[in-house]
This record gives sequence, structure tokens and C-alpha cells, in this order.
Amino acid sequence: MPQVMDADRMSRALTRIAHEILERNRGTSELALVGIRRRGVPLARRIASALRDINGDDVPTGALDITLYRDDLMRQPVGPQPVLRRTEIPFSIDDRRILLVDDVLYTGRTIRAALDALIDFGRPRAIQLIVLIDRGHRELPIKADYVGKNIPTSPAESVQVRLIEIDGVDEVVLQNAEAS
Amino acid sequence: MKLLLKGGRVVDPATDRDGEFDVLIENGTIARLGRSIPADGADVLPMKAGWIVSPGLIDMHVHLREPGQEHKETIATGVRSAVAGGFTAVACMPNTDPVNDHPGITELILKRAAAANLARVYPIGAVSIGSRGEQLAELGAQAAAGCVAFSDDGRPVVPALLMRRALEYSSMLDVPIIDHCEDPSLKADGVAHEGFHAARLGLRGIPGAAESIMLERDVSLAELTGGRFHAAHMSARQSLRAVRDGKARGVKVTSEVAPHHFVLTDECLESPVRYDTNVKMNPPLREAADRDAMIEGLADGTIDVIATDHAPHHADEKLVEFDRAPFGIVGLETCVPLVFDRLVHTGRIGVRRAIELLSTNPAQILKLPGGSLAEGRPADITVLAPDETIEISASALASKSKNTPFDGWRLQGAAVLTIVGGRVVYQRGL
Amino acid sequence: MLRSRHLLGIADLDPGEIEEILDTAEAMKEIAARPIKKVPTLRGRTVVNLFFEPSTRTRTSFEVAEKRLSADTLSVAVATSSVSKGETLLDTVRNLEAMAPDIIVMRHSSSGAPHLLARLCRSAIVNAGDGMHEHPTQALLDAFTIREHKKRLQGLKVAIIGDLLHSRVLRSNVQLLGKMGADVWACGPPTLMPRDLPRFGVTATTSIGSAVEGADVVMMLRIQHERMHGHYIPSTREYFELFGLTPERLRGAKDDVIIMHPGPMNRGVEIDSDVADGPYSVILEQVSNGVAVRMAVLYLLAGHEAEGD
Repeated sequence: MPQVMDADRMSRALTRIAHEILERNRGTSELALVGIRRRGVPLARRIASALRDINGDDVPTGALDITLYRDDLMRQPVGPQPVLRRTEIPFSIDDRRILLVDDVLYTGRTIRAALDALIDFGRPRAIQLIVLIDRGHRELPIKADYVGKNIPTSPAESVQVRLIEIDGVDEVVLQNAEAS
Repeated sequence: MKLLLKGGRVVDPATDRDGEFDVLIENGTIARLGRSIPADGADVLPMKAGWIVSPGLIDMHVHLREPGQEHKETIATGVRSAVAGGFTAVACMPNTDPVNDHPGITELILKRAAAANLARVYPIGAVSIGSRGEQLAELGAQAAAGCVAFSDDGRPVVPALLMRRALEYSSMLDVPIIDHCEDPSLKADGVAHEGFHAARLGLRGIPGAAESIMLERDVSLAELTGGRFHAAHMSARQSLRAVRDGKARGVKVTSEVAPHHFVLTDECLESPVRYDTNVKMNPPLREAADRDAMIEGLADGTIDVIATDHAPHHADEKLVEFDRAPFGIVGLETCVPLVFDRLVHTGRIGVRRAIELLSTNPAQILKLPGGSLAEGRPADITVLAPDETIEISASALASKSKNTPFDGWRLQGAAVLTIVGGRVVYQRGL
Repeated sequence: MLRSRHLLGIADLDPGEIEEILDTAEAMKEIAARPIKKVPTLRGRTVVNLFFEPSTRTRTSFEVAEKRLSADTLSVAVATSSVSKGETLLDTVRNLEAMAPDIIVMRHSSSGAPHLLARLCRSAIVNAGDGMHEHPTQALLDAFTIREHKKRLQGLKVAIIGDLLHSRVLRSNVQLLGKMGADVWACGPPTLMPRDLPRFGVTATTSIGSAVEGADVVMMLRIQHERMHGHYIPSTREYFELFGLTPERLRGAKDDVIIMHPGPMNRGVEIDSDVADGPYSVILEQVSNGVAVRMAVLYLLAGHEAEGD
């Protein structure tokens, strides 16, 4: 399985993104990170850590489960019902700039669901999107503000992001749908 | 009109006969039994190998529902169901609407039965007016009109004094009192046997003692009065003890059991389907120990009769919550297959005993002209095929109602020919 | 993933499914803490609450759960008069089917009524209490509450005390706790014990002392005043004397015991007010957990529905 990013490259990409965040937002005031479960959450924590290293500030970080907002939930066989996990956003999102974090941006539907969920929590001043990988094939008008790496793919392929916190290793691999 | 049943195995406990005999029927009576009887103008019905020629089967506990509940069954459909099940005669219970407590109703029933002209129908009259347990019905007039027994079936005869009087009075008519043995306060609003399965399903229970204590009472009253007491549809093992003890003391007690009580148990409440109203009847299906006791009682002579308690109910009435469904299942067309499959083929009883239970004894208890293949007797004959395998189909039953738990059961044993008064009224496969 | 498209009883759930419902309920509980207590998950789905027995508590709990999932809800309180008018249960429900409800939540006084509907109706059926048989969502919210406090169900001593014979809450709880490995003790007067109680996998006793001794959880069941009419108990006064949960009796339990009651309570009959309102009581939590558990059940069943079952 072709590896398109190794641990080293991933780390550098996240650091670069942290710098871009600080540049665009002119500092960390009013910022908050919200990772989309599952793998968006450890990524959000790593970015928070990177921001602290550069800037010294602690950016509040939360976790968002978007299962209940998915548009495909009650429509067609999704396989076994997706496992519902807890959403933990222990701060008010009103008037904040929220940095949504996800591992892979594909059709954009997950992000749409996340936007709906966030808006039920309050009224942020702005929402920006961070993704580690953008693999193209958008079905909705969604754009990432910060991208770790662009990887053109075909729909038959799938991009797997593996993180030490969940998978025991840091890497991004490209998988053909047939080979599993 | 001459009919010759050729080459069958005749089993007739009443004449102590068991062997290959031809049976010649003439003018509605049994003219002759013998070997190699010449046809001589008679219609010949060859008996296949393994077939048994039996005195006509008699079901002494049947609900024909007419008058008053014709949506469930009529006398016409009931007797059609009877002959399809191999029965040449049935005795019908009085819990019609109005209750048969009056000769006018008895006459109506007899008239309708005669018009249907299939199985013979012998009405059982009510013990008390309206079966309300308050006042004795005119038992003498009813006996003269044609009633062969008295019962308030559906209900017990509650006051012991009334049961005593009924037994005394009926002894003058030499007619039995059939009691639906049940203590009302123990039965209360129960709907299933009081046991583990009802407890698990949250259904109110009816303990076996509700039946046995009433039965014990009736045996004592029969002893006191010298009257004839017949226990309807026994289900509880405790009841058998009372019957055995009574018989041993010389009390005139007889008893019957229905096929579902020697085949099914309260496990049916939960499996294959939970809360199936087609397993709701009164008395209820009880535990395995009770079912096994019934089989023992059939084998050792404690139980005298197998009677179906054929209780048709319209599909709409059974398609409700278990609590609300009426008690009862149909039984005329499933009886013979169950008796053969579950009792004879398993070796629990022999063919001769089966015929005693289904014909000889009911005829004796009700003093009917049938139950025997002696020369000169009415030609009421049932031909049985013990080895024929059939599949019960509820929708194909001749009865108007289809409330049976045996739908889809494959059983070995069937009635193939039913003859009443020398006339073939049912032939299997036609 | 639940195997059945109905929730008729704990009898049909395996331990894995029970865990799944409880885990999902945890996630649902968080929604109650949000400013907007609503998610769009069951948007466009119709849920009918069909209550043949009066019940404010359970019905409103289901209604809130349904609304939080954005379902369209309709509550029908069927007066006994329409039943006495002769309309059968099936006819009543068939009339409702014109609305094509996705889920029918039903409470009925006859054991097995939801099973009848499940065989014959198109909607998914959730049993909100059938006669003396089961009340599965109650047992699930009870288990959820216990798990929150004790972190587990396995190995806990749970004492259930009261009218065991007529209680659907007992039957559901005994099954659930049994499946999850708890040690259940059932206590009450002999007249109010179901037949063959030990066969249910519980220790049966008429001594409240031995039931409460070392208990992690004590669950009290209602005694209805009508029970005096069937000669089950001589009086509620004597019942309280022998089986009422008082602070003195509670001393035999573990120090961190929790007291539960499905409600509504008869103070001074099965439970002393001091205990009901005391520090060990989690009775009010049971009520709020009820919404989360019912949301979890509806969510898991509605997903099932979509798969063309």
C-alpha cells in the first residue's frame, strides 16, 4: 500500500498549519479548535500543542461527534449503525473563531454536518476548516482553509490516515478499493 | 341399499373382535360379519392393507354453537367437520345462545341435525336454567326430548347443593351429570396455567388445584348420591388421583381428556410464537408432568374417554390480546391423527384401547345405540388408516372456524371413511 | 446494531445490544446539556405514542425524547370508552397506520399486546409497558443509572422489593440484570411472588433484612392499594411494617448503596419519605436518564427501519 505521507512529513505539515493559523488570525485570541471524531480529535490536539509551542497560548480544544447530523443516516444501508460517541465542547463557541479539524476532506458532507452541529451549539464569529488531506471530489461547495497535503485520487481509492493515538503509527496510505 | 366392506381388520371391543372380517351393511344396519361374504348386489368397498374397521367414533364433548353463535359454527358445518374427522356421532354442549335448558331448543338442534343428515347429534341439556347455577332445569322433559346428559359446561356447577340435587335427580333418569370442574375463586381472572411460562409472560394463572378440588367435591357427591358423574376435559394430574380413588371405592365416576391435554404443554405459550391465542383454552395447557399423567391415565384405564371439546371461534375473535381472546380450539378433525401419532404409534396404547376411548366407552356412558359392530346394530362405522400421513391445514378444515394450534403438523393416522346409518358420509381424498 | 426492528422486551436483547443501548444513551445525555437540545436525526419520521393506560411520566419522557431527535410526534391517549365501544386493538392501530407512523410506542394493560401488533403491523413497535409482562425502557434506564454510579452491573447485589407478581418492571429488570451478571434478590410477601421465581435466576426471599444485607442497589416497587381486594395483603399498614424500606432497614446495605423506584411512589407504603428524599436516593436521576435512554432506543431502531426491513 503506497504511503503518501510518513510521520515526519505529517509533523511538519501540522507545524506549518499552526504557523498559517497564527498568520491569518493575527494571534490566538478568540480561537478554539474543534476536532471531528474520530481522527480529527487527536489532530486538533496536536495543532493546539503546536500553537502553544510557537506562541505560548492555550487554545481551547473540543471534540464533535457528527453522527446525528449525517445526511445519509436514515437513508440507505450504512452497514451497522454508526457508533455514537460523545461530543465534548467544554466552552462557549459564541463569538469565537472555530477551527474545525478533520483528517480527510472528500465529498464535504461530513463538514456540512459539522457546521449544522456547531450552529446548534451557538453562534461563532467565523468557522475555518483544517484538514490533513484533501483528496478532491467535492459534492458540496465546501473548501478547506488549511490543507496538509493535496492528494488527487479516484473514487475507487481510499485515503487512510493513521495516528499514533488511535492506530499506533503515524502515516497516510492510499488504498485501492479492491485490495483491503 | 347394500354395502360390503371387504377385507379390513375389524376391531370392536364391545364384541371382543379383532381380526380380518367382511362387514355387510343392509338397510342402515349391520347385517353380517364374516369371512368372504359374497357381494350379491352390494356395493363393494375394498379395505386397503392396514386399514381398521371400527365402530363409529363418538365425540361426547363438542360445541356446535347453534343457536345463537352461527358466525363461529353451525350444526350443519359442525357435523360436516365431525364426519371429516371420522366421527359418526357427537354430543353437543348446551352453552348456546339461548342456553339449551328447554326442550324447544333440544328439538331445534335435533331438527337442524336431521336436515344436515351427516353425523348423529345428541344434545346435552343444561343442569340449571340458563346455566346460571341457581335453579334446576327441567331435566325430565329434556331427557324425554332427547338429551343424553346434563352439563353447565363453560362453567362449573358451583353450589355443592345444586350438584348434589342434580346427581340425585338424574339418577332417576339414568343419565350422567358432566361437570366442568373449576373453583371460580381460584380460577378468578386467570388465562393460562399457573406456572413458570405464564409467570414469565405476565399472564394471570389458573392452578391445577382449581380443577382438582372441584373434581374431588363431585366425586364425593357422586358417592353420597349414587348418581353418575362424568368429569369433562381433565387437565391436571391431581385430578387423576381423585378419579382413581373414586373408582376404587366404587363411585360412579367417569372422565374424559381432550387431545391437546395429552399432546401440548404450557411451553406453547412461548414457543413457537409468544401469546398465540390458539393455545388459549380452559382448562389451560399445563406442565409436562400433567400431560404425561394424562397419557398414563389413558393407558391404565383411569380415563374412559377421549373427547375433543371442539370449541370453534371466529378468526376476528382470536386476533386480539391474549387476555381478551375467548378460550378454546377446534378439535374434530385433528383428534384421530393425534391419537394415532402420539399414543398408538408411540406404543402408549394399542388400537383396541384407542377405539374404546373414542367409541365403545362414550356410547356406554351416554347409553347410545352406537359404539359396537354387533349384528343388528346401526351401521355407524369409521374406517381408520393408521399409517396414512397427513398434514393438518387450518384453512382446509371443514369446520367454519380455523382456530387450531396444529396447523402445519404432519401426523400419522387418519379416518378415511365415515359411514352413518349405512350411508357413506365422508371419504378421504374426495 | 439491534437485531430486531422492534423493542418488545429485554427477553429479546443480548448483553451486547444492552451495552450498545447504554453507550448510545451516554452520548444522548450530553444533548440535554446543550443550549439547543435538539438534533435533526429523526427529522421527517413520525412516532405515535399510543397509551391505553394513563401515564404522564413515561409518555412525557418519550415525547421529549422524540422531540429532541426532531421527530414528528403524536400522542394518543386511548380512553377506555373506545375500547368498551368494541373496537379491537388491531382496528385502533390500523386506523393510525393511515399516517404511516415509523414507530409506535405503546403502553397497554394486556401482556403480549405489543407482540400482537408486531406480528401484524408495518410500524416498528416500542413496548412502553404491557400488562404484567415487560417495561424494557424502564429496565434500561435503571441499568443506565446503576452503571453511572457503580461503573458496572456485573457482580452487584441488587435487591428488588415489592409486588413482584404483578410487576412488569420486575420482570424486565430481572432479565436485564441477569444477562449482565448481577446478583438479583427478589423480596416480597409469598402471595405476591410469581410462580417458580428462582427459575428466573434470582434469590427469592420473604425477608427484607436478608435482601437488603450488603446490597449495592435497592429497588422498590409500587404496592397498589387494590391488592387488598385479591387477599394479597391484609393492609398497606402491615405491608409497610414487614416490607417497607426505612432508614433502619437500609443500614444493612453497603455504605454507597443507591435507592431506586420506578415511580410513582406510595410514600409510607413501600418506602419511607426519609429514604425516598435521602442522600442515597437516585430516584430523580432515573427520570432524567429516561429521556436519554429512550432517545438511544429510538435512534437505534429508526436506523434499522431505514434498511428496508
